[in-house]
Amino acid sequence: MHHSELIAQLLKVLAAGLLLISFAMLASRRTQQLITLFAWQGAMLFVSTCLVAYSSGLTEMYYSAGLTLLLKVIALPWILHRLIHRLGAQWDSEQLVNVPTTMMAGLALVIFAFGLAQPITSMATTITRHTLGIALAVILLAFLMMITRRKAVTQVIGFLAMENGLFFAATSATYGMPMVIELGIALDLLVGVFILGIFFFQIREQFDSLDLSNLESLKED
Amino acid sequence: MVLSAYHWTFALAETLAGHELRFMLCIVAAWMILGLAGFLRPHSIRFVAHLLFPAGGVLCLGVAVLAGLYLGSGRGPQAAILPLGLPDLPFHIRLDVLSGFFLLLLGVAGAGISTFAAGYFRSGEGTAPALLGLHYHLFLASMALVMLADDAYMFMVAWETMALTSYFLVTSHHRIPEIRRAGFLYLLMAHVGAVCILLCFGVLQGGSWQFTFDAMRGAPLAPVWATTAFLLALLGFGAKAGLVPMHVWLPEAHPAAPSPVSAMMSGIMLKTAIYGLLRISFDLLNVRFWQWGALLLGLGLFSALFGAIFAAVQTDMKRLLAYSSIENVGLIFTGIGLAVLFQTNNMPLFAALALTAALVHSLNHALFKSLLFLTTGSVLHATRQRSLGKLGGLIRPMPWVASLALVGTLSIAGLPPFNGFISEWLLLQSFLFTPQLPHAFLNMLIPLGAAALALTAALAAYVMVKFYGVIFLGQPREGSLESAHDANWLERLGLGWLAFGCILIGALPQLALNAVAPVTGKLLGDSVRPSSTVWWIAPIAQQQASYSGLILLAGIVAVVAATFVFVRLLAHGRMRRTAPWDCGYPWQNSRMQDTAEGFGQPIRHMFGTFFRMERHLPSAADTSPRYRVYIEDRLWRGIYLPIARGVQSLADAIGVLQRGRLAVYLLYSFLTLLGLLVFVL
Repeated sequence: MHHSELIAQLLKVLAAGLLLISFAMLASRRTQQLITLFAWQGAMLFVSTCLVAYSSGLTEMYYSAGLTLLLKVIALPWILHRLIHRLGAQWDSEQLVNVPTTMMAGLALVIFAFGLAQPITSMATTITRHTLGIALAVILLAFLMMITRRKAVTQVIGFLAMENGLFFAATSATYGMPMVIELGIALDLLVGVFILGIFFFQIREQFDSLDLSNLESLKED
Repeated sequence: MVLSAYHWTFALAETLAGHELRFMLCIVAAWMILGLAGFLRPHSIRFVAHLLFPAGGVLCLGVAVLAGLYLGSGRGPQAAILPLGLPDLPFHIRLDVLSGFFLLLLGVAGAGISTFAAGYFRSGEGTAPALLGLHYHLFLASMALVMLADDAYMFMVAWETMALTSYFLVTSHHRIPEIRRAGFLYLLMAHVGAVCILLCFGVLQGGSWQFTFDAMRGAPLAPVWATTAFLLALLGFGAKAGLVPMHVWLPEAHPAAPSPVSAMMSGIMLKTAIYGLLRISFDLLNVRFWQWGALLLGLGLFSALFGAIFAAVQTDMKRLLAYSSIENVGLIFTGIGLAVLFQTNNMPLFAALALTAALVHSLNHALFKSLLFLTTGSVLHATRQRSLGKLGGLIRPMPWVASLALVGTLSIAGLPPFNGFISEWLLLQSFLFTPQLPHAFLNMLIPLGAAALALTAALAAYVMVKFYGVIFLGQPREGSLESAHDANWLERLGLGWLAFGCILIGALPQLALNAVAPVTGKLLGDSVRPSSTVWWIAPIAQQQASYSGLILLAGIVAVVAATFVFVRLLAHGRMRRTAPWDCGYPWQNSRMQDTAEGFGQPIRHMFGTFFRMERHLPSAADTSPRYRVYIEDRLWRGIYLPIARGVQSLADAIGVLQRGRLAVYLLYSFLTLLGLLVFVL
């Protein structure tokens, strides 16, 4: 009994860590730093999934934790690193407009997310149910990050971070999705990153930069 | 020999009895296979045109035979459920007398058109032969399926397939910008119509959410909703049939399409719209109101008059025929309107007479309009000219086409002993009975309608004199016309089949009346009495009005033969060819003949209010004087352009959303997400 109490505490700590990383991503300037943060987020997710699997005794949760480790902590950060090396974008930094305002918006989103999760939390029976609000907040913060950025690579990282949030939400509300769906999503992510990588090269070839504000010239008048 | 053929036919009828629907489905499947078979040798005209198209024509004949046997047998409807479609929504099909009659029409006209098409398509014209073959046969199959469909889902699938395949057929010369434009207009109108039909089915299911026609027949509808369904059906099917003011696509699409396609669209596809309207207003809806009939009557008469007037001023032969199609569709709608009026006033016999007129006219129009469109195809191939101003005198180099076109021309002009006369006579007969209606107001309006009908018939005859006279009679207006070649044997066969149909129905109208009788019997509970002898038809009663096509034909033949014999043998027996008297003015050339513009001028003058005209007159000092006149539809500027502008400005207003910045687009999704989440909260 005491044992599961401890696990629940640990999970809450990990969830808080996830939220913190999301805020860090929102404020970080360098692409490389963002990738590292993304990898850390994956690692937190991995540990928390392992803990949930241990406490609930569901073996397939271990598989999905393994998948998370392979894909989100090792493969995707590695691919992204290689990608920005190849693109010569590893030292890119972005002009961030008005970090304090973004942070305030982020805070508002977190409050909103907690309000939103309230009724679901009261219905759920999982050990992780109290972290659902955080999971939703992670999704919304990643979205906010995508909105405030202009570089193509950071958009992709934002997109991946959003998926992390979704995954976390699934674990906290219902102990994860069915294995088939999780495998499908994992494959989608991998393929998506490959395709977006190809797009990066195309965009750079076309505009000599990865700045997405160049795409505005595509608008039809 | 004859006896064994008779026995054989009888045996065939015995075998098919009760299985007509199954065999028709086989034919539909065979059409689809024929369409795909073209891809075995996609660029071979010999394979696709000379082998697959005649095979498709034989299948058309099969449909006609099956439908004819079914109509003659008097058996009840045959239904089936196909193992196709969506999981919970299988395709229902059903063959009853109404679909049987329209399938007969499709088969008879389709056989002629397919045979003609076999000789018509040349290599290097438009899309590859295999694609043409695919679209053509899918078009045929989808039209047959429209008539066989027994649920809204199947109907819409077939209807849209029909619209799409015909769009591709219209734009088979897609490299020409005007043709692409015409095709787009057609597709647009087809889709607007399809949306209306879809909504109509939505109303018809009456809250039961059952989309089979059987469920719709039983669905109780309040008068308001019944009227809504009827109006939606009228809009939707009117757009397909070319009812004014939804007619604008017709004069654009018909000239753009290859001639067999125009023939198919005008002859058969417009009739699917008639079929749909009849199916919905007489079969699926269980109430009708006399106001509907008045509306149909008014729109029909206006379309008829409008089409005839515009046809009279056209200078492009296929545009002229397209406007004439609008006129004929107007006549058909007039008949349907009268039928509704009579039926809602408890006069089933007169309703049957009016509906008979409409249905027989549909059949007739399928025959003669296909025939005429096909002859324009032959003329187009022989001369490369579509403009009436550059044709003329083709009766000498193209005697076959000219004489077969004459049959079509006389039929469409409504002259006895051809088939057009029969239906126009029936329609006039039903107008003559109208004063017995209990509505005083209608009784005052109806004579005006009858007058408009008479005017339309006269104008149609005028149009046809112009059509035939300018193309085939007189002197060739261009030097190259002398070397025009006649149609090849496949084309002649197709034309001959349709002309034979025109003469057959003209001489033996009982055939058409017998085919229609079960339909009116089922829809209205009464039918006109086809006479028991082959000599006479008397739709209401012998002492009121009767007509004998056979006697009239025999009389005409006898008079012509007697005159011929008298002149050739008895009078002088000698013949010499010489130039006609030049009235003492020897410097005449073919440019001095009456032109298409000249022929249309009086009409243009009299009905000037219908048109928007732009005239360019040469000044006295012009060295190369040119006279130009552009004629435009007032409705185009009055209705369509304002709608187009409205849509454009609406689109511009919505276009403000397109900022071109990714962040803004993401913000849209983000705000939508938040909004939805708040909604959940």
